[in-house]
Amino acid sequence: MNILSKRAVGLALAAILAGCSSGGASPTAQGTPGTTPAGSAGPSTPVPPTGDVTLQGAGATFPALLYQVWIEKFSEAYPNVAINYQAIGSGGGIKGITQQTVDFGASDAAMKDTEIAALPAGTKILHIPTALGAVVVIYNIKGKDGNAIKGLKLDAANIAGIFLGTITTWSDPTIAANNPDIAANLPDTAILTVHRADSSGTTNAFTSYLDAVSPDWHTSVGAGKEVKWPVGNGAPGNDGVSGSVKQTDGAVGYVELQYAVVSGLGSAQVKNAAGKFVAGSSAGVTSAANSVLASFPADFRQAPIINAAGDDAYPIASYTYILAYVDQTDATQGQTLVAFLYWALTDGQKEEKAIGYAPLPDSIDQKAIEELHQITTGGSPIWP
Amino acid sequence: MSAVPTPTPPLGPRGLLGGSGSRLPDLVFRGGTGVFAWVVVAILGLLLILLVLNSRQVFGQFGLSFVTGTDWDPVAGMYGALPFIIGTVASSLIAILLAAPIGILTAVFLAELASRRVAVPLTFAIELLAAIPSVVYGLWGVFVLGPVLKATVEAWLVGTLGWLPIFAGPPFGIGLFAAGVILTLMILPTVISISRDVISSVPNHQREAMLALGATRWEMITRAVLPFARSGIVGALILGLGRALGETMAVTMVIGNSQKIPQSIFDPSQTIASQIATTFNEAGVGLQTSALIALGLILLVITMTLNVIARLLVWRVAGPVTEAA
Repeated sequence: MNILSKRAVGLALAAILAGCSSGGASPTAQGTPGTTPAGSAGPSTPVPPTGDVTLQGAGATFPALLYQVWIEKFSEAYPNVAINYQAIGSGGGIKGITQQTVDFGASDAAMKDTEIAALPAGTKILHIPTALGAVVVIYNIKGKDGNAIKGLKLDAANIAGIFLGTITTWSDPTIAANNPDIAANLPDTAILTVHRADSSGTTNAFTSYLDAVSPDWHTSVGAGKEVKWPVGNGAPGNDGVSGSVKQTDGAVGYVELQYAVVSGLGSAQVKNAAGKFVAGSSAGVTSAANSVLASFPADFRQAPIINAAGDDAYPIASYTYILAYVDQTDATQGQTLVAFLYWALTDGQKEEKAIGYAPLPDSIDQKAIEELHQITTGGSPIWP
Repeated sequence: MSAVPTPTPPLGPRGLLGGSGSRLPDLVFRGGTGVFAWVVVAILGLLLILLVLNSRQVFGQFGLSFVTGTDWDPVAGMYGALPFIIGTVASSLIAILLAAPIGILTAVFLAELASRRVAVPLTFAIELLAAIPSVVYGLWGVFVLGPVLKATVEAWLVGTLGWLPIFAGPPFGIGLFAAGVILTLMILPTVISISRDVISSVPNHQREAMLALGATRWEMITRAVLPFARSGIVGALILGLGRALGETMAVTMVIGNSQKIPQSIFDPSQTIASQIATTFNEAGVGLQTSALIALGLILLVITMTLNVIARLLVWRVAGPVTEAA
């Protein structure tokens, strides 16, 4: 049934994209609840209403580029729809949705129980996963021969030790042990760690990893969007961290995969649960996500995927989410949001790889699409 | 000191102009301008009220130990402002220690020694420093000043005075010291222009009397001019300090953003203003936001106190006074 309806949906969408959206647009909006049992109605594709409509969204910076591309393409198909997305950070997205200043929020970290408790009474939020990201460890080390070190390999103990301040130079024997090829070239340079000064989903994923792999880290620091760093400098934003690392010989930091590529710095291969050293990549992230599909939580609030099983799995990955109100107070905006999210989870997924994001695994994608049926306005589902 | 004459209202031009003598335009004008003046004060009041209201949660939970607490740990829900208070005060103190001799000597040169042909363009150039946006200072600090300091001044200080804990290395070119140097540049225009005005306002008969006693220029400046202008110069320094305390962007970019209490002047640190700027967007709803707003309140109290002191000191010299302290 899934495949069939997906194909039908694709056809309908193609028809709409071709510009003949005239007649079939409105019935989905105010269909009487209960009269359209799922499946029997066939191709019900949510589409936005025909009048002018604007959506305001705000949140995470990591998926901002992806959302910009999506919004552009979606507005090409539906010129009457304007969507604004402000990349103010995951915390800002959660704050916006809590204070009801936005129509949808976005966050790299799923909302915590305390954050959900802080929502206004009666408000329910859906977590819609949209993409996967990896956090990579970038470094800037001038080797003893004067050339930049390349192909550094680090295991969990190395990374935890470096960020705890117990490993202080690059020539440390525990690092050399993982890098037999370049051990002789590793210099005595002091290690400078650079972390995010602002609180961020990237930090949440990275510290979740350290928290999981290092008992010392677990007891002394913990995991979160902002933590009490034992050593090192802070820098604002992914750009700030990569800029800071780039400037200092001996520096090491962590950023989202795309920023590592842009900065031109080397990123370390990290030892995964299977004992293999894996470089951060879309494929490595997808592989990690696939290996934990079975335990994907019913409310979609998947914690960062740490040390997933599988030879190709990259050990630090996380979902990024769009946060939507279950009950949409404005029917037209609700209809538009459902249509946009549906488009994002179907056609939108195809855009991801080209701009450096990892698309959702198929089964999660399907689950997320089904989740959209829950969104209601005035008590009746928008997309029955 | 308190003998400021109350200005008597000048006699109106009524009658002279042969008008109707209506006071209405006057009243409207007075009322209109008054409203705007009070609006500004009201905004300050509202700001204070908002800060106090929104920081109640954190003060309610931690009380005054928020001010003395050393841990800023959002994971554990522990908030203490001391690292940021120390970072703010330390970076500003470094700035004022560097800016005081440079600023005062420059002001003396401009007011007493330089000829007009030199003084005018120099003054202009110095005041231009104040027009540079702070983010530009920050960028320059990150890309130029930091690396230069690391290779020269910081390396030398660590090499010669490194045995003193506060000069202990290793220097990274980013940290408390770099922030202090950037702040020095940013507050120099304030310090110089106010000091110069204060020195210029020293009555000429003071100088003439000193010279008449056979004093050299050096003696005249050190014995007559500077003592006379002393409290005004202190006021200028405190105003500079006030600016340094609140400066955000440039400091954020060069101070290293570490939430620990710095042990050495080369350690990374964090000021109140830059902590708010870097983390407020992403701060969790509730306690963390409240803690950041409380930081803002602390900063406001510090800068307001300093500004009041500075104003009082400047007025003692530059205001309508008859004798020096």
